[in-house]
Parts: sequence; structure tokens; C-alpha cells
Amino acid sequence: MWNWKTGGLALGLVFFLAVLLVKPIGVSTQFVILDGIVWDMVDPSVVTQTEDGKYTSTNAYLAKSGGKYAKNVANPLNYSFVFVIAMAIGAAVSAGLRGWVPPSERVMPPIWRANFGDSHMKRYIAAFVGGFIVLYGARLAGGCTSGHMMSGMMQTSLSGYLFALGAFGAAVPVALMMYRKEG
Amino acid sequence: MTTVILALIIGALFGFVLDRVGAANPQFIIKMLNLTNLHLAKAILLAIGVGSILMFGGQMLGLVDVGHMSVKTAYVGVIVGGALLGIGWAVSGFCPGTGVAAAATGRKDALFFIAGGLLGAAAYMATYPSVKAMGLLEPIAGGKVTLGTVPGSKYEGLTSLPGDILGIVLGIVFIVVAFALPDRLVGAPEGDTQPAE
Repeated sequence: MWNWKTGGLALGLVFFLAVLLVKPIGVSTQFVILDGIVWDMVDPSVVTQTEDGKYTSTNAYLAKSGGKYAKNVANPLNYSFVFVIAMAIGAAVSAGLRGWVPPSERVMPPIWRANFGDSHMKRYIAAFVGGFIVLYGARLAGGCTSGHMMSGMMQTSLSGYLFALGAFGAAVPVALMMYRKEG
Repeated sequence: MTTVILALIIGALFGFVLDRVGAANPQFIIKMLNLTNLHLAKAILLAIGVGSILMFGGQMLGLVDVGHMSVKTAYVGVIVGGALLGIGWAVSGFCPGTGVAAAATGRKDALFFIAGGLLGAAAYMATYPSVKAMGLLEPIAGGKVTLGTVPGSKYEGLTSLPGDILGIVLGIVFIVVAFALPDRLVGAPEGDTQPAE
């Protein structure tokens, strides 16, 4: 683990590198793209190519903004999707080099165990429900912690500040109520 | 093809750093949110500050393409969605990027987070027309705006302040706040014999 100064500097450099070479970092859209890829595999009529070479979808969300999501569903080897896969690889390499996550933490972090006990099922349900709310919220907001908050506030965009206000404004009280015991 | 190679390099660096800074560990996310360990908050503030200063400084020197900026629209749903994300973030200890990174480091709870996330994203795809009809997605305060007016950018400024200089000033503010923040804001509970860290 790095201290916050090294970690923050490195994180800032990566966000800068992304905007220097390509575009700001974002992740949550790719959950939609993966959903779209799976859905289109089951039902190929979901995403279709129009006569002028553009893409569209029977789903209004995939078809919005000139079908840019539909296009990425049809062509998964695009920058943003590969970026998320590479992110997973990078995290795995880092974890591997430091000996992976200790087995005792692979199901739940200590602070969860201290407050809610050792039930695996309880933790998995919380993670699943949490994931559902996080991604629904991220899509409603149009971005997540990386796209809206980090990339957005770094660019001084108003939406980034609004997002951070909503996210921390809800997350801090919930965390204060849920996790009263130190873990 | 070049962009895919860049995606591999920048993505891998991002994932590596997320793990090293502790963001892929729900323990640190939760302890940031319940204000008992602000290590990660300090790292995030420093990162935003460093990124901002480099980007706007680079723009002023003509080294960074202003066209690479991508500003998202401001609308009421940004705050509502942000709040929803915040609730799930506190419950699970993951956000979309760090959840994927955490699963890659071997955390099983993160796999459940991703499964829930895929379902949540699908639920949004299904309900998008009604969300839109509710007016939650209507732009406010000019929509895609930056706080100042960034020279050469396609985005309007909320104010006429020079956006690049404002970005550098705010970047410095973020870094100062990162250093000024204490390690924790909430004290150890009474009778708790465990060391704070």
C-alpha cells in the first residue's frame, strides 16, 4: 500500500495522462455496454445498424445520443470498454505483486464483520443490493466517482461538484449510521 | 488500434494505482465515509488537485489539447443519482470502478457488487423513458458548463472568470485541503480498546 501522498500523486498523474492522450476516465457506462452485449447476444434485434452505417437500438437508452452506446455494444473492442478490462488486469497485477488480498478479507472487510457479524450471505446480499443502487444512481447521474467526481471536478465542471455533493451528502450519513463499531 | 493500446496502458495504470492507494479495498472506502480514516479522501483531493493543475497548466502552455475536455451535463438527476450512488457506496464499500478492481484482486463480495450493478444498470435502461419524462434529465444552470470560462473550449462558463486560471487555483485549494485534513474526523468510540489504525 502506498501512503496518501504517493497514491494521490499517482492517481492524479493517471487522470491527467488520460485527458492528455485520449479523454477523461469513466467506468460506469461500461456496465450498460456489457448488459447491452449480453442482451444483444440473446436477442440480436436489440442493436442494429442503419443504412447510413450508424447504430441504433430498440432500447431507448442504448439508442440515445445518436446511438453511441449501441455502437459500442456492437463493437466491444472500443477504448472505454477495453479500458475497464485493462483496469481489472492492472488491479490484479498490483494485488498479485503484494501477495493478494488476505483470505480473511476476501468475503468481507473487517469493519463489516465488526458491525454485522460473519454471515457470508448477509455481506453478499448487501454487496449485491449496494451494487444495484450504485449503478442505477450512476446511470441516472450520468457518471460515477471516476467520471463525474474525479474527472469532473478536475475539469471544474459544475456537474462534478453537484455529483460530489449528492454522493458524499448521502454516503457519509449512511456510513455513520451503519458502521458504529471500529473494524 | 492506437486507442485500444492506449486503453490497455492507461486502464492498467489506473487499476494498479486504485489497488495501491487502497481504493479497491472496501475497508478504506467505508472508513473514509464514516470519517474514521481519511487517508483515501486525502489521496482523492490530492489527485484532483494534481490532475487539474497539470491539465489547465498544460493547456495554458499549449501542450494539452483543450478539445480533450469532456464536461458532463448538469441536471437534477445528477444530484439524485449521486445520492443513490452514495447510499449504495456506503452499504457496499464499492463504486463502479473500484468494485471491478476489487473483484480482480480476489474479493468475492465485489463479484456480488458487479452482479447487482449489472442488474441496476439494466433497470436504468428499462426505466430511462420514465425518468426522462419526469424531467430529471433537463439541463440546469446551462448544462455542460465549467465554473470559469476555459479559453478555446466548447463549453460555456458558469462565470466569466478565466477558466484555466480558476482551475489551477482550485487545484491548489484541493491540495491544501488534502494536507490540512486530519487523519480522522470522528473519534474512537468510548470503551473501544482497539488502536485507531
